[in-house]
Amino acid sequence: MYIEDPNLRVPERTPETNVFWDAANEESLLYAKCSDCNKPHYYPRKVCPFCFSTSINFLKASGRANIYAFSLFSKGRPPYISAWVMLEEGVAIITNIIDCESDALEIGTPLQVVFCSVEGGQKVPVFTPRPVESAIK
Amino acid sequence: MLTHLICVVLRERKFLKMSDNIFIVGAYEHPTRLATNKSVAQLHAEVAIGALEDAGLSKGDIDGFFCAGDAPGIGPLSILEYLGLDVSYSDSTDIGGSSPVAQVGHAMRAIRDGKCNVALITSAGRPRSEAGGAGDLTERPEYPESGFEVPYRAALAPSYAMCAQRHMHEFGTTSEQLAWIKVASSHHAQHNPNALLPNLVTVEEVLASPLISSPLHRLDCCVISDGGGAVIVACQEVAKSLNRPKIRVRGVGEAVGYTRGSDINLTTSAVRHSAKSAFLEANVTPEDIKYLSTYDSFTITVLLAIEDLGFCEKGQGGRFVADGNLISGVGRLPVNTDGGGLSSNHPAHRGGITKIIETVRQLRGEAHPAVQVNSCDLAVANGLGGMLDRRHGAATAILERIS
Repeated sequence: MYIEDPNLRVPERTPETNVFWDAANEESLLYAKCSDCNKPHYYPRKVCPFCFSTSINFLKASGRANIYAFSLFSKGRPPYISAWVMLEEGVAIITNIIDCESDALEIGTPLQVVFCSVEGGQKVPVFTPRPVESAIK
Repeated sequence: MLTHLICVVLRERKFLKMSDNIFIVGAYEHPTRLATNKSVAQLHAEVAIGALEDAGLSKGDIDGFFCAGDAPGIGPLSILEYLGLDVSYSDSTDIGGSSPVAQVGHAMRAIRDGKCNVALITSAGRPRSEAGGAGDLTERPEYPESGFEVPYRAALAPSYAMCAQRHMHEFGTTSEQLAWIKVASSHHAQHNPNALLPNLVTVEEVLASPLISSPLHRLDCCVISDGGGAVIVACQEVAKSLNRPKIRVRGVGEAVGYTRGSDINLTTSAVRHSAKSAFLEANVTPEDIKYLSTYDSFTITVLLAIEDLGFCEKGQGGRFVADGNLISGVGRLPVNTDGGGLSSNHPAHRGGITKIIETVRQLRGEAHPAVQVNSCDLAVANGLGGMLDRRHGAATAILERIS
């Protein structure tokens, strides 16, 4: 099945995550990383869920990722692909995979971030298969 | 209010000696699967009445009450008022569908602490009548994760489906092996007159059912049903006074699981920790267990739990569940002999209470003769609810028949 429209919903912003969504509007995908224990985490918070440090940096991700797990949710209206994707930076995030043939996907498939506008103009990061020549070295 | 205080004082006097042995003395599953003309509170009341009748107790004997998020109102407040219960202890811990199993442990500890003597646990709902998907429960904007899940409609079925996909990827588990879990449940459900899906199904039929969320088929998913159930946990003095088989709570553990992104692992659940805690407290091992009721929201839920409970090595679950190994009278480990959530009942999108009830039936020797496990003296009721790939709750109760 070809998956085109992910039917994304408007994200709920909080004072904690405004920076993430502002960056998304600039087509930057941010991820959170603790500057004390050096572990990246998802979803982004201002307190490290590994060590409780409040020294969290929101860093720009390359946008390259691989499929960690995915599922074609046929019952979705319209059907969509739910996924955990592993960013090149070593943190897995929940997203959708769009503009692809669902049968062509497998765990490990290289992906690239793309941004879709939702109602009201907010951009939301999702992923699409990446051409093989630009695969992670 | 004064009357209430006097009642509490009298109770404390009556059972001044705290008992170490705590028992499940009542268990009742509502026979309905479609409650169009009943309210949720009414269902809670009906299962409470049923459990009291089963135990041989009356309303006034209840001095502890436990419920979770399926009970309408803030915590236990509204439902306590609705039921008109006069209790000295209440608890509304909510860790998803496994809450009632965890609450058996909470009731045990509250009774041991002398806070109550007869604890009622209810769970009920009518999602089938209300036509609400379980996924709706996870989409509240105030939850801290919502901004990063709601936009993607990160729903319940894909959550479990991705765990199944990872298990297949990491350990070679197959859809056929998962299908055996449903087949076993259907073998049992054919003997349950209240089962929503009483028909026997084959592995081929599971695989031929439509994909709901790849790789899970329709028949890998539990039913949506109205109804509920209740259990009553009591101190030794009360249990001794009743003319019912003695089902002792031997150990209970609970745990919460989640991922923080860089530590993702979709093939191990919080049952690993709830089971460890329960087996430690009970001082028994999985080899001693004669029967298992385990949460079966999806087939993969059963497979992960069986591994995490320690019935087989991590990754071997697919081989373990295949070829009828979970069918009573056929396999090594009879599982969900009432038909479970996959074939019989998953009231309020929460199956925890039904896991306790069928375990009690088995230990009492009151399961259907066609599925009753021989000399069933030690059994496990296990819950695993929430979003399996993300935040989820687990609870494991080890119950024993005392002769």
